[in-house]
Amino acid sequence: MNRSLNGAIMSLRFCFSLCAVFVVSLFFGTTAPAQTTSVYAITHAKIFTLAGAPIEDGTLIIRDGKIAAVGASVEVPASAQVIDGKGLQIYPGLFDPITQMGLREIGAVSATVDSAETGPFNPNVVAADAVLPSSEHIPVTRAAGITEVLAVPASGGFDSSGGEGLLGGQASAIHLNGWTISDMLIKKSAAMVINWPRIQSNTFDPSTFARRQRPYAEAKQEYDKQVDEITDWLDRARHYSQIASHGGSAEFDRDLKLEALGPVVRGELPVLVFAENAREIRNAVEFCDAQKIKMILAGGDEAYKVKDLLRSKNIPVILRPTLTELREEDLPYDRLLTQPAELVAAGVKIAFGSFDNSFARRLGQQAANAVAYGLPYDEALKAVTINPAQMFGLADQIGTLETGKLANLIVTTGDPLELTTDVRYLFIKGELTSLDNKHHRLYEKYLNRPKATNSK
Amino acid sequence: MKNTFVAKTLKLSVALFCALFAPALSRAANPPDAPPVILIQNATIYTITHGIIDHGSILIRDGKIAEVGASIKAPANAQVVDAAGQYVMPGIIDCHSHIAVDGSVNEGSISVSSIVNIADVLNSDDVNIYRDLAGGVTVANVLHGSANSIGGQTVVIKLRWGQPASRLPFEGALPGIKFALGENPKRSNGGGGGRGAQQPRYPTTRMGVEETIRGAFVEARDYKRTWDDYNKRVSAGDKNLIAPRRDLRLEPLVEVLEGKRYVHSHCYREDEILMLLRVAKEFGFKVRTFQHVLEGYKVADEIAAAGAGASTFSDWWAYKVEAFEAIPYNAAIMTRRGVVVSINSDDAEEATHLNQEAAKTMHYGGLSHEEAMKLVTLNPAMQLGIDKRVGSIDAGKDADLVIYNHDPLSAYAVVQKTLIDGRVYFDRQKDIADRATLEAEKKTLLEKEKKAASKRPEGADGARRPGGQRRPGGGRPDGAAPPPQSTDDTQINDSDTGDSKTDPSPSASANHGGVL
Repeated sequence: MNRSLNGAIMSLRFCFSLCAVFVVSLFFGTTAPAQTTSVYAITHAKIFTLAGAPIEDGTLIIRDGKIAAVGASVEVPASAQVIDGKGLQIYPGLFDPITQMGLREIGAVSATVDSAETGPFNPNVVAADAVLPSSEHIPVTRAAGITEVLAVPASGGFDSSGGEGLLGGQASAIHLNGWTISDMLIKKSAAMVINWPRIQSNTFDPSTFARRQRPYAEAKQEYDKQVDEITDWLDRARHYSQIASHGGSAEFDRDLKLEALGPVVRGELPVLVFAENAREIRNAVEFCDAQKIKMILAGGDEAYKVKDLLRSKNIPVILRPTLTELREEDLPYDRLLTQPAELVAAGVKIAFGSFDNSFARRLGQQAANAVAYGLPYDEALKAVTINPAQMFGLADQIGTLETGKLANLIVTTGDPLELTTDVRYLFIKGELTSLDNKHHRLYEKYLNRPKATNSK
Repeated sequence: MKNTFVAKTLKLSVALFCALFAPALSRAANPPDAPPVILIQNATIYTITHGIIDHGSILIRDGKIAEVGASIKAPANAQVVDAAGQYVMPGIIDCHSHIAVDGSVNEGSISVSSIVNIADVLNSDDVNIYRDLAGGVTVANVLHGSANSIGGQTVVIKLRWGQPASRLPFEGALPGIKFALGENPKRSNGGGGGRGAQQPRYPTTRMGVEETIRGAFVEARDYKRTWDDYNKRVSAGDKNLIAPRRDLRLEPLVEVLEGKRYVHSHCYREDEILMLLRVAKEFGFKVRTFQHVLEGYKVADEIAAAGAGASTFSDWWAYKVEAFEAIPYNAAIMTRRGVVVSINSDDAEEATHLNQEAAKTMHYGGLSHEEAMKLVTLNPAMQLGIDKRVGSIDAGKDADLVIYNHDPLSAYAVVQKTLIDGRVYFDRQKDIADRATLEAEKKTLLEKEKKAASKRPEGADGARRPGGQRRPGGGRPDGAAPPPQSTDDTQINDSDTGDSKTDPSPSASANHGGVL
């Protein structure tokens, strides 16, 4: 409970205007520490529900962790703690669908990295089982207005020993707040990671620690073998699932990996396929189509080359950051920046992902940059809120500001995608959540360092 | 891979063509000379030194800014650029870059590699020059890597895309030398010469890094004295002297002692920042800039008192232990404490949006619009000693300018034109218009190549080309990609951070080329 109070005090620090500080201190001086059961009313704010036109002077009521009402003429309950939203704007909290949140603290220190298991086939590992709720990345990311993420194992392809995991494990959708993982969970198993094999003529040889060229035929052979292996796993999972549904033993003779693949082959769990090249994307789409499994594409550097296929098969794309160096020198310099607009114009559903932890707070920047290169603004907002929620079957809970949905939302000084916008309040599951973080604490500490006297 | 081949083939054809018709074509290959007089009108002008001019004009004559003001009458011979609704700021100066380098940026075999010079390996057709231009960058401080306590010599360039390598260096800018402290020179991340390696390379501790630097300057001081003595005796008329033996490793360090070469030191932690200041004081040289300096905010007073500059990232953190206390408020705190601060890229892609990275300091730490803009213009110019030439929009300075369609400190701003020396080196509309032609040209060349390949005997490699033409790694988008694991090659060789913005993943390797 202290946490919420703390949060309120910390959110103070984000208010640079004296006036806001005054209002907020009055507010928290007179109320008990917030609880998830508290009722809040944010009044006179401009509300971007993303489920209709923005409400110019609206009120949003939060009760029992959910949005109880939202509209232009909503009555404020007597029990509500009122936040004056005059001059402020309300948006759904941002959703970063590809991170290693809680799985990787310091990239270069393997002891703090749990983001990918060794070996090529790990469908049974689940991100949520290793997410560290007290990771320093969580509050830092939250301060950028991100309320939920997908923690994705093996996202990016490499396991801890440098190998590639083809079946990388299960990604978990989590709220960026909670004492334990059970507080944080939105959906423990939200997708199965597949790192789609690549036809690589130029490979790394671990025995000589050097790169070597090999004939295309050899590369293709390895690629085909890997695709066959994935196929084989799914076939076996299908048989396993059929046996289990005919009353197989629940306790004995279990195969954890095949069991984990059951929801995939039954079409209940989407596969999150990491692929960049048009050829591999096309192959992955055809594969998933043939296997009758639900695919979400991640990465998609060359998705624009197969946009019609993606649209016709209804496959959404989580784009690697627009702020990524181009892979080929002949490409137009703005190739990644214009791609989001091009895909959306072609009817492909997109989301933006950071594919990272420490750069998760650049999510809004990415989306804004895509707007600068032609993506309609509304689509950019959707691509960091409702679109990823829909991709992972969470749209009934989050992604827009609608009555009955979880109150995961942000109250900002303006456009949440712009670099200079402040997040004033952030709610997760209806709880007013701290905006304090390691970075802000260090800022306060060293801003107030007495002037060094011995610095000469 | 296919496109590498295409690019190589293209370059081969160009090289052959130029070799045959060099005298006639060398001039034609360069961008056309700028018109002598250009007038940019109706723009919002961020001068940096004297505020913002709405609907202002900039007159450019012979590559220099001749006049800036609210209304300037167009001279009869001027080419007029109507920039109504657009925004002009000084060209962006990236104080930490590794673009335009042919191959690896690290001579990593030794701990004092002052003998090597980045200026010797400038590659004028690195496409990142063009891409950074498209992001408004006009000047880059091209640094050696951070594998060594004392690294190689460095050079400041202008991004004169299309000009030969000899035209890249910024005329008159003092050269620099790279130092590096902490995890990279002691090789903590990823084996290869660090503690526990089969053949560890001294130093492997921060103590050893300090002693390596101190030891080198002890030698340099002795070497300088030997030469000083010799020169003194020669000028006193002594004619029977044999000159001391030259030491190319120590010469750059003597230049540091004499103030003729700037020290740009990679660093992270507060203790190592103070360490280098002590060593510098001991030997009587200045640290011109601390690079990265992610814990600079902890010792900002000391940095300010020493008169050193600080060139940092906007918001990178947590990629290694020494970056775990990095905060995005770093630039703001150091600015408030009187340090001249710049925001740099250390990465060809990051450089394309330094305007946005600077803008973040308004959010993190509350710098003003002008203070934020200075972080990528006047401040890095001061750090590089070129502020009399560039960094603001003032009469007499070089006409290095960027024109945006919005306030440059917005995530929605797109560069429309970039000028260097009064010449347009990047024009978004022209870039877009030229794409179809380039595509067609590439297709033609590919077909030619295909035909030629079918005529070649078995085993001949069409992509192989004459010596000195290879351009692997070193930030190439699709050059020789580094091994996937965290080795010294990936961790340190081509970047200073010992990490990158993204995972050391295969796709990231592909995207970032050697810049991991």
